Amino acid sequence: MSQPASIRPHSPTIVPREAARLVAHTVAVDAVGLEERAASLAKRSIKKDAKLWALDLAIRSMDLTTLEGADTAGKIVALCAKAVRPQPTDASIPSVAAVCLYPQLVPVAAGQLSGSGVHVASVAGGFPSGLGPLDARLREIAEVVELGADEVDIVLNRSLFLGGRYAQAFEELVAAREAAGAAHLKVILETGELGSYDRVRQASMLAMAAGADFVKTSTGKIGTNATLPVALCMLEAVRDFHRQTGIRIGVKVAGGVRTAKQAIQYLTLVHETLGDAWLTPDRFRIGASSLLNDVLMQIDKERTGRYQGPDYFTID
Amino acid sequence: MTDRTNDRAPEAIEHASSGPPAWGYAPAPESTEIVRLEERYGLFINGEFVEPKSGRRFETINPATEDTLAEVADAGPEDVAIAVEAARDAYERRWRERSGAERAKYLYRIARQLQERSREFAVLESMNGGKPIKESRDVDLPLAAAHFFYYAGWADKLGYAFPGRDPSPLGVAGQIIPWNFPLLMAAWKLAPALATGNTAVLKPAETTPLTALLLAQVIQEAELPPGVVNVVTGAGDTGAALVDAPVDKIAFTGSTEVGKIIRRATAGTGKRLTLELGGKAANIVFEDAPLDQAVEGVVNGIFFNQGHVCCAGSRLLVQEPVFEPLIEKLKARLQTLRVGDPLDKNTDVGAINSRVQLEKIEELVASGVEEGAEIYQPECVLPERGFWFRPTLFTGVSQSHRIAREEIFGPVLSILTFRTPAEAVEKANNTPYGLSAGIWTEKGSRILWMAERMRAGVVWANTFNRFDPASPFGGYKESGFGREGGLQGLEPYLRLDGANGSGS
Amino acid sequence: MTARRGEDERLPVKRTAKLYVGGAFPRSESGRSYEVFAHDGRSLGWAALASRKDLRDAVVAARAAQPKWAGLTAYNRGQILYRVAELMEGRREQFVAELADAGAADPARGVDAAIDRWVWYAGWCDKIPQALGGTNPVAGPYFNFTIPEPTGVVGIVAPPDQALLGLVSRLAPAIVSGNTAVAIASETAPLPAVTLGEVLATSDVPGGVVNLLTGRVRELVPWVAGHMDVNGIDVTGVPDDLRAEVEELAAENVKRLHRAPEVDPFSEDAQSPYEITALMEFKTVWHPIGA
Repeated sequence: MSQPASIRPHSPTIVPREAARLVAHTVAVDAVGLEERAASLAKRSIKKDAKLWALDLAIRSMDLTTLEGADTAGKIVALCAKAVRPQPTDASIPSVAAVCLYPQLVPVAAGQLSGSGVHVASVAGGFPSGLGPLDARLREIAEVVELGADEVDIVLNRSLFLGGRYAQAFEELVAAREAAGAAHLKVILETGELGSYDRVRQASMLAMAAGADFVKTSTGKIGTNATLPVALCMLEAVRDFHRQTGIRIGVKVAGGVRTAKQAIQYLTLVHETLGDAWLTPDRFRIGASSLLNDVLMQIDKERTGRYQGPDYFTID
Repeated sequence: MTDRTNDRAPEAIEHASSGPPAWGYAPAPESTEIVRLEERYGLFINGEFVEPKSGRRFETINPATEDTLAEVADAGPEDVAIAVEAARDAYERRWRERSGAERAKYLYRIARQLQERSREFAVLESMNGGKPIKESRDVDLPLAAAHFFYYAGWADKLGYAFPGRDPSPLGVAGQIIPWNFPLLMAAWKLAPALATGNTAVLKPAETTPLTALLLAQVIQEAELPPGVVNVVTGAGDTGAALVDAPVDKIAFTGSTEVGKIIRRATAGTGKRLTLELGGKAANIVFEDAPLDQAVEGVVNGIFFNQGHVCCAGSRLLVQEPVFEPLIEKLKARLQTLRVGDPLDKNTDVGAINSRVQLEKIEELVASGVEEGAEIYQPECVLPERGFWFRPTLFTGVSQSHRIAREEIFGPVLSILTFRTPAEAVEKANNTPYGLSAGIWTEKGSRILWMAERMRAGVVWANTFNRFDPASPFGGYKESGFGREGGLQGLEPYLRLDGANGSGS
Repeated sequence: MTARRGEDERLPVKRTAKLYVGGAFPRSESGRSYEVFAHDGRSLGWAALASRKDLRDAVVAARAAQPKWAGLTAYNRGQILYRVAELMEGRREQFVAELADAGAADPARGVDAAIDRWVWYAGWCDKIPQALGGTNPVAGPYFNFTIPEPTGVVGIVAPPDQALLGLVSRLAPAIVSGNTAVAIASETAPLPAVTLGEVLATSDVPGGVVNLLTGRVRELVPWVAGHMDVNGIDVTGVPDDLRAEVEELAAENVKRLHRAPEVDPFSEDAQSPYEITALMEFKTVWHPIGA
């Protein structure tokens, strides 16, 4: 891998031909060992103050997400209110990191969230398949940034990647990186379609080398979403990338994270694999919709000692 | 060093409640309320707990606190003789004629009861032996129950295990087990012995007798006929008395040194013998290995159960091109190991089993430093009371160093390098031991090539320290003879000289 | 049917005997049922009269359940099947009564034997590959090994006599290896099979692993024999005059055919690991050895 010291912040770290080689030479992943390690970390027991801190972090790291064809301005206004003040009666509950939505609704969210500190994240680039015309995909990325998106969640072109056309997949990501300009770029690998952990690791390396700020597991649009072993695999790739280049890349898990317990399991993986430097919304995100209220319920449970019921938490 | 995430964040994300990272695992101790300890334990002979004729007792402690847990009987030669007689009587009158199907049902009962009371057993195991509760809970107990379950299934199928033979039991088995997996070793010994129609006198290790005594209670509750299983507690003398007693078979797991003594003691007696002794296993990492999983395997290989494992991967052989990244990853991983209270669910490395063992580890580690190897130990705060040792790596180790040759039986890893597969084979086999080996490579044909050449009874590929009742276990060379587990684990308890081709 | 009850006596709640398909208890889609009689002619109530469409549904359920059942560890399957024996002990009196109604000479012995048979076969789950698979010393630098694997979905035509032991003796060896089964119960004495279905439903055996149909054997057998998504068939209970037809129908997708040896069902000869392998495939793997 090329030396990181002199690169400009927005540049990919290598050229396309090297990218193809990088994929071919990515260190192997043993599926059984990886899954065992993830399962053993999931059994870590976090209690009391540490748990409250982790739950707080889970909220601060959350990309509150709605990605439905039926989303309306009204829905986004409500979601933004929830994002800024997840628990209206309790000022100690922090805002989430970002609201994640479709491009057309970005202006609504940008208006609602202005000055709140909550970011606007938009999917773009032909989400969720990433198979539209390249210029249209790139234009979409540039446009959402113009419309006010602070963060852009794009998809890896799995058609190219699984077809072995790594250099071309890499070039697309580099172009997307440029189109996103100053915005935070998250690259969704759609790990449920990649078929093996080796592929997940290779795709992570490719995206990181191409200039992604975050690698993200899933679109939430297919059957298989984020899993603990997939997340661990990506965290290990991030760890190696950091070791090799000195660059810290973030990880976003998305899809299927519905409970506070799951969120804490992911945070445990981050803590054990990458350390506390990654336990920040700058480097770890959870994309979710129903997770937030479960976390709020768990926080109240920890504080009051009572198990909570959903009627006591606002739906949005 | 650049930090792309920070460089590019349009504005730092800050909220009122965000402070500096405060990640931590609050203590999560497993409750000991589930264990009802008695003040003093007798010997389990002929279905009852009895006072020792020797009149002697000794205290058994918790190695993590040095607190006394209970007083245990110290069986003398007379006690051992009574136990063996009870076993003989039970064999002649109650057990040998039971059908295999009936023996199976007793073993299933024991298996089920172990599963039912597994948490109680696990907590007691960690209290008495110092091993982390996550291991006693997730490894020792499920495996012990599985062992009874597995051999229950063989009890009524022996004819299929040895086609063309008419297997018959040996009689009374004397079984001497170590302190590193007290209950699991009891299961490894008792399950095949009972399944094949033998009766047994079991001697648990001096420092860890309590779960074997709890198992005796379970055996009582399972209504196993009196005398079929007897448990005599004590130290080396008790074991020696058992070896000398009129038993038909001795099964021993422990040090090579004691194994040799037993071999000599049984010479000429016609007693059948199996020995599961020490080891100095090589864990061999090739440059194409899945490195992150290899790190986990190496850590599991040597720090599992504080390294008190006869098959521990105590020698790491690394192919030179990946030496640096592997060591770097390994050191980073060691920093995340949590050493401390065995009963804490988050503890990875517990207490050293005894003061004697701790002193032995300290002595060998000192020799490593003295002989010029480079030591690495992570920062960690050790409890003030109890017996503890930091996870330890040695680099710059050569084949001639004591830490590369002698079994340390503690959390100490000696790291060597190699260049070619042939060199790895040579170094791995260059030891009087031959219990196990580990191979880490993505290349299947190399795994098999290496496995063929390992002079070891168990070879793990891209994993380490895996155990299963269906999988035979045992050593080459000075690591002992005979196998435990699997179909092969039946043979040491059977006479196979009849040949009538019976299929059931 | 029953003696007149006194006024203070409680009116019992009667069971509806249904099919057991995919872990649920449907009536026959045909809406049909048939009256079941004891050996002495007493009516025992009604049982569902399964149709070919019920059979079709049962095969779909069995196919859906098969990969997961075979994917469990052998140890886990063994424990699950052992638990079937545990639960049968809890229903012992009901089984004994049903076998007595069916005219069994020694109903208690039949129940004992059926329970013990589950235990015996449960123990084979993790031993079949050890006893009957193995490595093959081929002449070359290859690691070569043979493992027995389940064949898939099997149809079982249970023997008409020994309503419980006969069924268990066919069912247990079929499923221990990881097959799933569609079994047609004894036509004249279906109630022990219905009860067995209720036992299985409350055991840890996943829904769809065992599917039990009651009804007319002659009506159902050709459909199971000809079904293109059934991999094997145990024809022990097929009437003699149907044998040739069944074997011909089974030829279309080359079904594995198995018939139990004619031995005393209570004897140890009635249980064998070869009853298990009869509905298994042997797979051989070659792998090079080289540094």
